[in-house]
Amino acid sequence: MAEIALEHITKRYGDGFEAVKDLNLDIADGEFMILVGPSGCGKSTALRMVAGLEDITGGELKIGGQVVNDKTPKDRDIAMVFQNYALYPHMTVRENMGFALKLAKTPQDEIDKKVNEAARILDLEQHLERKPANLSGGQRQRVAMGRAIVRNPSAFLMDEPLSNLDAKLRVQMRTEISRIQQRLETTTIYVTHDQTEALTLGDRIAVMRAGELQQVGPPSELYGRPKNLFVAGFIGSPSMNFLGGELDGDNVKLPIGELRIPDVLRGRLQSGPGGGRGGVIVGLRPEDFEDAQLVRDKSRGITFTAKIDVLESMGSEFYAYFNLESEKVSSKELDELAHDAGAADLPTQAGSQVVARLEAASKVRQGEEVELWFNSEHLHLFDPETGKSLLGADSGNGGSTPPASSDPSQT
Amino acid sequence: MSVKARQRSGWSLAFIVVVVVSLVPVFWLLMLSLKTPASATDGSFIPHHWTLDNYRDIFKQSVFTAALRNSIGIGLISTALAVLLASSAAYAIARLDFPGKQTILAVALMVTLFPQVSLVGPLYNLWRQIGLFNTWPGLIIPYLTFALPLAIYVLSTFFREIPWELEQAAEIDGATPFQAFTKVIAPLAMPGLATTFIIVFLICWNDFVFAISLTATNAAMTVPAAIAQFPGVSQFTQPIGDIAAAAIVVTVPVMVLVLLFQRRIVAGLTAGAVKG
Repeated sequence: MAEIALEHITKRYGDGFEAVKDLNLDIADGEFMILVGPSGCGKSTALRMVAGLEDITGGELKIGGQVVNDKTPKDRDIAMVFQNYALYPHMTVRENMGFALKLAKTPQDEIDKKVNEAARILDLEQHLERKPANLSGGQRQRVAMGRAIVRNPSAFLMDEPLSNLDAKLRVQMRTEISRIQQRLETTTIYVTHDQTEALTLGDRIAVMRAGELQQVGPPSELYGRPKNLFVAGFIGSPSMNFLGGELDGDNVKLPIGELRIPDVLRGRLQSGPGGGRGGVIVGLRPEDFEDAQLVRDKSRGITFTAKIDVLESMGSEFYAYFNLESEKVSSKELDELAHDAGAADLPTQAGSQVVARLEAASKVRQGEEVELWFNSEHLHLFDPETGKSLLGADSGNGGSTPPASSDPSQT
Repeated sequence: MSVKARQRSGWSLAFIVVVVVSLVPVFWLLMLSLKTPASATDGSFIPHHWTLDNYRDIFKQSVFTAALRNSIGIGLISTALAVLLASSAAYAIARLDFPGKQTILAVALMVTLFPQVSLVGPLYNLWRQIGLFNTWPGLIIPYLTFALPLAIYVLSTFFREIPWELEQAAEIDGATPFQAFTKVIAPLAMPGLATTFIIVFLICWNDFVFAISLTATNAAMTVPAAIAQFPGVSQFTQPIGDIAAAAIVVTVPVMVLVLLFQRRIVAGLTAGAVKG
């Protein structure tokens, strides 16, 4: 068990490319930290630097208070789960899981005990004498987990461990990993590009983009109070809608109408461009919309009409897509998000497409003009120049220190 | 007849032709080795009198038994050294990025392109000066020189195909680079090592140019050279039966080797290491 501290960690390759730029991250003992971001954002490189598989160009890496920059992986007391599992194909499951202990010259009876214990936790007991080639994808994944568990290391490092599984199995293994981590209380760094995995698994999430840390915080904070456009667009599914708006004192003019900034937000509103005036990018989460007919108290939001282009039924809810007459907002961060989502392959549309999540009880029909309601208390405002959120956090800014609630051991 | 069936029968025909063309000489050699010396040149394919005299004969001659010992000894030592050295070199070439890597590969390729005949003369003189003429090392050194580049090429291809994550996993599991190599990479590279072993052994086993030039007596002469030195029963008879029998005898180890390793070569040992 150990805490991990990344202090000004930088990775620069021979050709001058900086994969990770001045990364600062404190991971508490027993914490489940997620590194998330689009491909190529430096999250895997950061993890591999912690593992010792990649040299650290600058900064200090501390595991359990000790600087380990120059230590080999074997002296860092960490275990890693690889994306493609990297099981030894010539060894049985038992030998795979016991390999590290055998190298450490652990007595055979103790190896057997630990392997059996891990196999029991992972439900691999009947597969111990089989070779990896004869296992299914999910079983291989569990063996990879087992190999990490038996060593009882001070930290688990996981590099997209679920990305090779099919969707259903991935959800099962996700809960499994969460259960194991809670049971073992081992510090864990988990790299993923899947925001759902990040939200469901992590005590805290670190969002990275182009080698830079964007925001660190518990899932609710990243979801509720994203610091910039990138985090706002990356976290949440379906992702946040962005519209161009005009800020005028306490009011903000939107394509769906003009609305007053609610009191709860006004306290957090920092003076934007032009001292509370001028163009802003407004973020609206799909789940903050509702069919106006289903809303009793409409005073906290704004009601407007829209023609539903496409209505997708999810069973438990509807996704309603409609277009608004407005300039398409553009920003470097949003373009990057769109590119990562493969939007470049889609036909470009005039205006802005908005998606709203409606309750299953809604009677809206595709192609109809309907009244929708938006909860303005959940409005997000961003500076179009810098992409930063105009809503400051009112209590502690989540930074790189874990909140007391998520980690009782740290005072 | 459908196109597919015609295609298949065409392939079968081609296959039969190739097999016949390559096996008839071997078969002819076998028949020749079973004839009596007197009837060796009688022109018939099947011997009139079947005999194993030729085989008994060659094993009675020290020229052949010594040569067989030399061939096996020199072949095995050269091959073992070549595989050992080449696997370290190939591992480094496959995994590490170091200055001069391309140069090493280029030089290695150049060595294999070098005509052996042009080296024999200088080597003969040099070996006589430094006392390596007609010794085992005198043959092992040139064999290594020509076998190593090829072995490095073959092995580095095999090493590149082993997922690097396996080594990293071993490293994280606490293995030193040497342990990672011996316990994880080498067992997985077995098909590659076996292939290389056979190729190198065949190079040494079949060599004639160096063997005939750099050896003179039973101390180091290998089978291909020794066969050329076979004495006849009398001054006036050709040792055709003996030569045929010796040729059959030296073909056997090669066949055994290939059959022994064939399963390993074919087996895809890395199955299950990574997904897909």
